[in-house]
Amino acid sequence: MNEALANYRIRMASLQPEEMIINMGPQHPSTHGVLRLELITDGEIVKEVIPHVGYLHRCFDKHAENLTYQQTIPFTDRLDYLGSMNNSHAFVMGVERMLGIDKEIPKRIEYIRVLVCELNRIASHLIAIGTYGIDIGAFTPFLWCFRDREHIMNMLEWASGSRMLYNYIWIGGLFYDLPVGFEERCKEFVDYFKPKLKELNELLTNNQIFISRTANIGVLPMDVAISYGCSGPMLRGSGLKWDLRRVDEYSVYPEIEFDIPVGKGEMGKLGDCWDRYKVRVDEIVESIRIIEQCLERLQKELKRTPDFDPRAKLPKKIIPKAQDFYIRAENPKGELGFYFIADGKTEIPKRVKARAPSFNNLSVLPEISKGVLIADLIAILGSIDIVLGELDR
Amino acid sequence: MTFIEIKELLINKFGLEIIQGEENSGLQPALIIDQERIAEVCLELRDNENTYFDFLSSISGVDYGIDENKFGAVYHLSSIPYKTQLTLKVFTANNRDENTLPSFPSVSHVWRTADWHEREAYDLVGIFFENHPDLRRILLPDDWEGFPLRKDYKTAEYYKGIKID
Repeated sequence: MNEALANYRIRMASLQPEEMIINMGPQHPSTHGVLRLELITDGEIVKEVIPHVGYLHRCFDKHAENLTYQQTIPFTDRLDYLGSMNNSHAFVMGVERMLGIDKEIPKRIEYIRVLVCELNRIASHLIAIGTYGIDIGAFTPFLWCFRDREHIMNMLEWASGSRMLYNYIWIGGLFYDLPVGFEERCKEFVDYFKPKLKELNELLTNNQIFISRTANIGVLPMDVAISYGCSGPMLRGSGLKWDLRRVDEYSVYPEIEFDIPVGKGEMGKLGDCWDRYKVRVDEIVESIRIIEQCLERLQKELKRTPDFDPRAKLPKKIIPKAQDFYIRAENPKGELGFYFIADGKTEIPKRVKARAPSFNNLSVLPEISKGVLIADLIAILGSIDIVLGELDR
Repeated sequence: MTFIEIKELLINKFGLEIIQGEENSGLQPALIIDQERIAEVCLELRDNENTYFDFLSSISGVDYGIDENKFGAVYHLSSIPYKTQLTLKVFTANNRDENTLPSFPSVSHVWRTADWHEREAYDLVGIFFENHPDLRRILLPDDWEGFPLRKDYKTAEYYKGIKID
């Protein structure tokens, strides 16, 4: 037996008289999926958290090195299944850069990609906010968020044919052009959604009970966040302006105006649960701004034409030159990376590794939840916003 | 700092033999580092104020194929203040014997995130990291046999006496 495993078993078998082990999960609603947290508690105080992950391991890496690049796209959808568009966008960008065709993609396709990605980002953040409310004990925001998210799901289903796992963004193009009338309906949604967000803020963000449960809880200092590889709203919640859409300037993001919301410690300390929550709320506002700009371009200078074929640039054979390539992109949860090793001979990569943001974000949990109350641990876990699909891959 | 400058910085600090080669064929150049000293190099790259690679994106364990009998780990570093990226690689030969795993020094004291990345590389590719605080399997069950991302991995027929089909 492995030495570390033996040490772990000794630790578990030699508890102090006041210590007790509590298993949270794998089937527990607050763990947002099949995650098991082993808590060593002293009364109501959490002394140590040991996360056990892998219950949803579906061998993404192994599948990817046995399938062609195009065949892997549906598997990327199933990583972070709440942000499928963003996953496939990152994967497709990586392959396009390896092939050297990333500059030839028509502008209309790039704008459609950004549009659907930002719609998906809103949907993902709505789930994060809604389920966070329910973790804390607020039921209404959950229902409101799901109601609004359903509009986005319907729109994306209209475009791609599927409600959550789209397979819409392809290497060199798209599955189909947007359906006729999509832009107008999207505009209607934006007009509908803006006042709803204000309602949500009144209901949850500035709710005194919610603030009491989240402010000053689970404080994550910036240096700890960086050392643990936290990214996305986790890192920005700690006050660092780090957004790969601005850093790497991929796709058409350089042409689009938007701000990067960061945590400011308004309700308590910088980097607490409330800050992370607030970053997500603010990002929804920014995503709406991006969507509006995309819609304007798509309805004016990049208008659909009868001869526009989103599959025109699709390469016949996807054989990148022999090389290694690491692509990263800003997902709703943080930095999603794909590491490819192409051998230059076949359509099947030699190795693909997915660097999942949730995996790194969760790894900080044992560090920031030492000595908290069990009830606060739920608040901290909810504020990390994990998706087990990409955590376990 | 550019790639060349980083290379010179490392040679000045650690000597010529620290860099065992470089890969320039693709879009992202990579430095191949002496596998015994990867932890020192990482610490220097993190702390040197000219490089400041404070963010570790990922560590990927790689099996380079049955014919080569070569294993490697690929480190993707990123610097938040300078907005630069760097790829480091280490290689080692191994005969795929279950009792002597390919082994590299752990960098989990340099970046805490390396802890879970190294556990994953150990779990799936079977790479041992020396001085790692808690090198248990992470994605697979503790009693799993074999390392699934190795090229010679055969899918198990039974798991605890239960037939897998």
